[in-house]
Amino acid sequence: MRRFLPFIIVIVVALLAVGGGAYFYLAKRSANAPPKFAKTEGEVAGESVHVLGPANAAVTLEEFGDFQCPPCGKLSEPINHLQKQYNLRVIYREFPLPMHAHAKDAAFAAEAAGRQGRFWQMHDLLYREQAVWSNSTDARALFNAYAGMLQLDLDRFRKDMDSTDVQQQVELDQHRGAAIGVKNTPTIFLNNEALPPNQLNPDGLPAVVEAAMKKAKPSS
Amino acid sequence: MSGSRIQTIFYSAAALISLVGLAEATYLTVIFLSGETAVCGGSPDCFRVLGSSYAKIGKIPVSSLGALAYFSAFSFATFAGFGYARAQKFFTWTVTAMFCMTLWLLFVQAFRLHAFCRYCLFSAALVFLLTGLVVARPVAETQKT
Repeated sequence: MRRFLPFIIVIVVALLAVGGGAYFYLAKRSANAPPKFAKTEGEVAGESVHVLGPANAAVTLEEFGDFQCPPCGKLSEPINHLQKQYNLRVIYREFPLPMHAHAKDAAFAAEAAGRQGRFWQMHDLLYREQAVWSNSTDARALFNAYAGMLQLDLDRFRKDMDSTDVQQQVELDQHRGAAIGVKNTPTIFLNNEALPPNQLNPDGLPAVVEAAMKKAKPSS
Repeated sequence: MSGSRIQTIFYSAAALISLVGLAEATYLTVIFLSGETAVCGGSPDCFRVLGSSYAKIGKIPVSSLGALAYFSAFSFATFAGFGYARAQKFFTWTVTAMFCMTLWLLFVQAFRLHAFCRYCLFSAALVFLLTGLVVARPVAETQKT
């Protein structure tokens, strides 16, 4: 028996490493996978926007966000959770505020990642790491590092960040926001109704979304 | 303490250290392959390193090579602990290769990226421990005689 013991130990560890790695990989993949009906890029009234969730969802949540705004960062994870829980349609629009030094660059970074199909991943990463790059003297270097982590084509990412196309996309979102009265971030519309500021927090938002779901589907 | 007992303790320690390295390298490989981003705990340097072109060779993440190396070190240490003489040589060669690779990665972090990643430093510490064990081994073997 002792003769076979090292073989058994090595095989068990190999199986544990491969099996554990595969389990962890599948768990991460399913957590990151967009919902069944998700579109990372879509069209709303002829505009190109970032959309998650089905077009016929009972509730549409439209957010005007600034990646450097702390309350937006606090809402990012709850919105992701609500999107999955209620199969919401979530639309994200850029609204970088001038008082935030790196907000515009962050918006460009998210849009540039979107050009390679990874807008939402960059969106989540920018919010998760908000405290880090917000205080950095060279936020762009960090955005490049994030792009590297997301395995984007870095040359293309850098070019896209500086492209007029991406900058115009951000301006379009800002114009749209300004046209419907958006002044601060986060501003969130649920089925085209603006939510009051006191509900824009991780405790208030789920209750409002639940109420909107009940209103949209009174029988269920 | 008998020589074979010292050897068993020595290789058991090496196998345990290799297991820790295997777990870390597997985590980083899965993170890379799943498109997830590592939890860097608010360290910008960590992103600079893990997001750099040095973190992969072609499309292969460097961490997967690390996982392979740690698994090899673990296997050879296990066999050596059970008295397989050839496994001792393979263990020494594997750890030497890992040590050289670690020096290269530390050089890259210090002089090319000007940033250090906590995962890489932890792995470097493990490799230095393994190297220390390899260097200390002749002393242990001398003691037994």
